[in-house]
Amino acid sequence: MLAARNSGLVPDMETMLHITTLHYLVLGAALFLLGVIGVLTRRNVVIVLMSIELILNAVNLNLVAFSRLWGGVHGQVFAIFIITDAAAEAAVGLGILIAFFRNKETVNIDEVNLLKW
Amino acid sequence: MAPVATPFFFYLLSAIMLIGGIAVITRKNPVHSALALIVTLLAQASIYLMLYAPFVAGVQIILYAGGIMVLFLFVIMLVSIERSMKERQFNSQWVVGMIAATALGGLFIAVYTKGKSIFPDHALSVVEDNNTQEVAKLLYGQYMFAFEIASLLLLVAIIGAVVMAKKRI
Amino acid sequence: MGAIIQYIESYLSSDKTPGAAGNMFWALVYIMLVFGGLSVAVIAMNWLERKILAHMQVRLGPMRVGPHGLLQPIADAIKLLLKEDIMPAEADGFVFWMAPLIVVLAAFTVFVVVPFGPTHAITDMNIGILFMLGVSSLSVLGIVMAGWASNSHYPLIGALRSSAQMVSYEVAMGLAVVSAILMTSLNATGTGTLSMIGIVQAQMAQHEWFIFKFFPLGLVAFFIFAVAMVAETNRAPFDLAEAESELTAGFHTEYSGFRWSLFFLAEYSAMIAVSSIAVTLWLGGWLRPFPNMLNGTPWDQIFSLFPGVTFLFFAAICFYNTARMPKHPLFRIQTIGLAGFGVVLGLIGLILFVPAVSVRVQDIFWFSAKVAGFMYMYIWYRGTFPRYRFDQLMQMGWKVLLPMGLGVLILTASVALLQQKLWHP
Repeated sequence: MLAARNSGLVPDMETMLHITTLHYLVLGAALFLLGVIGVLTRRNVVIVLMSIELILNAVNLNLVAFSRLWGGVHGQVFAIFIITDAAAEAAVGLGILIAFFRNKETVNIDEVNLLKW
Repeated sequence: MAPVATPFFFYLLSAIMLIGGIAVITRKNPVHSALALIVTLLAQASIYLMLYAPFVAGVQIILYAGGIMVLFLFVIMLVSIERSMKERQFNSQWVVGMIAATALGGLFIAVYTKGKSIFPDHALSVVEDNNTQEVAKLLYGQYMFAFEIASLLLLVAIIGAVVMAKKRI
Repeated sequence: MGAIIQYIESYLSSDKTPGAAGNMFWALVYIMLVFGGLSVAVIAMNWLERKILAHMQVRLGPMRVGPHGLLQPIADAIKLLLKEDIMPAEADGFVFWMAPLIVVLAAFTVFVVVPFGPTHAITDMNIGILFMLGVSSLSVLGIVMAGWASNSHYPLIGALRSSAQMVSYEVAMGLAVVSAILMTSLNATGTGTLSMIGIVQAQMAQHEWFIFKFFPLGLVAFFIFAVAMVAETNRAPFDLAEAESELTAGFHTEYSGFRWSLFFLAEYSAMIAVSSIAVTLWLGGWLRPFPNMLNGTPWDQIFSLFPGVTFLFFAAICFYNTARMPKHPLFRIQTIGLAGFGVVLGLIGLILFVPAVSVRVQDIFWFSAKVAGFMYMYIWYRGTFPRYRFDQLMQMGWKVLLPMGLGVLILTASVALLQQKLWHP
């Protein structure tokens, strides 16, 4: 039904109103893009870490959407593991940030260059 | 239980999430970014509820919005931000970053328009009443090993964070 | 008109919560009722706290504003609404504005799953207790934001202390809750439930309130939760972060007028919320005392008289105090006011004797009576115990309650497993 209507990028009313898995995947992709832009363009380390959390959330959304599509809760269990993992990673990342800030008094990611030659 | 007004809530929540995401990456003040991220995470928990995943939604609220973001806010408060707010916000490689992000976006658009026919149009009926029990069966049955490894990972992360943040080891 | 009454009747005799039935109109009605009741409860708590604390300290408390100070909360509300709204000069405006909103939202959203009866909840989520614990942990965010946005030393230290305390005691609370949830799985199929209504139904099916189960394990778990919930809501004796003599009111120092009243509203709502959790998990929720031992129609009828008798008792106290009022012309208005209040309470009591009303109100009455008992305990603690110092507080949270919680959890699991293996192989 979706493929027969149009093959382009412009959605029609029926595609917009009937929410399918594809809608959730597109939302996840948009969040992923925002996270990637944040990681690549911001100078503040804390905001880079928060953009990484956005990326992980986008992945979670994909997983849970597919879990809904195929039945069973395997995707949801994987999403729970990713959330746990994100917690651990945020804790360690912020610990490193505090240790670095104590030495150099800046949160600018461009100045994390002690090993630069 | 029949879903109520699904398109309306989906578009409302996705608008909240996208606006929150844009606010995370563009705000000058890290506290405002953290608040925007909290809004995004709570909207995502609501989308999980729409996807018939109440347990993941509960875990998201407790761990992400109530745990990780509190950690972020504490660290933002500890690290002085007045000086960083007066500096330039976007780094010198932002052009390359935007080109890369545009390429990635193009890839996503190509995949999702060409590959639309992969996804079947229906969703299997998922019962919401026993979601927690089903998750528990999998978590303590098939994925028991991963569960134990995750707890080991958390232990390592706690020790690592404490060692990193101590003044004198 | 008849159609409306028929519609109301047809809904009231259904066996599902509005959320489960997907009925948005009735869900909205329930939400209005719950929040209205919550506001009345917060106002009553304000008056009760001042009067009971005063009587514990051998003084009288507010006596002037209405008869026996009954209009004091209304006077306080009017004063707070009319006070000047001050924002510190260097404060972050947006965050300063958002902080009380987040605390109030977190404290109120929790009541969506609180079960006042088998179908008297706004909705019955599959993850009821997880939702309550999670949303009440969002109030930590509001407190951190309030302390930071005030841009001043005392609020910042108060906010950090308060949030550290709340996060620490959430762990102990969680462990106590898990050991109660474990007890719900001791049924024929071996599956427990996280849903609030399911927990009370499990207590009914197992013929035992969880506080008495596996004695003394249920009691110790309840004790851990009772201590942790007082620390979670920043109440005495754990109120170092906001006591007047300590940090000049802690994280809400810079808030005045209506914004401060939002914090105050959120604190009392959070108290009622965690008391609801304790009542649901350990004290049998909406079940009347001895539902299985003393069953049968005569006992049901005796217990169904309790709501009406309670309100008539309160009305009798009002009339007694009316008779004791001074016979001075200046006290005439107060005497008439108190007599009128007594008449209103008496009328409510008489309405509650009507069988049609009494049948529906039973569960709500027993639930509210148990939560009211917890509120009294909160006020009692405030009047009795000296304050904990902050390091003593953190030490107790991590070094005493957490090991106790873990021990109770392991022992409960072991005893439950033994029971399943030995008695139901």
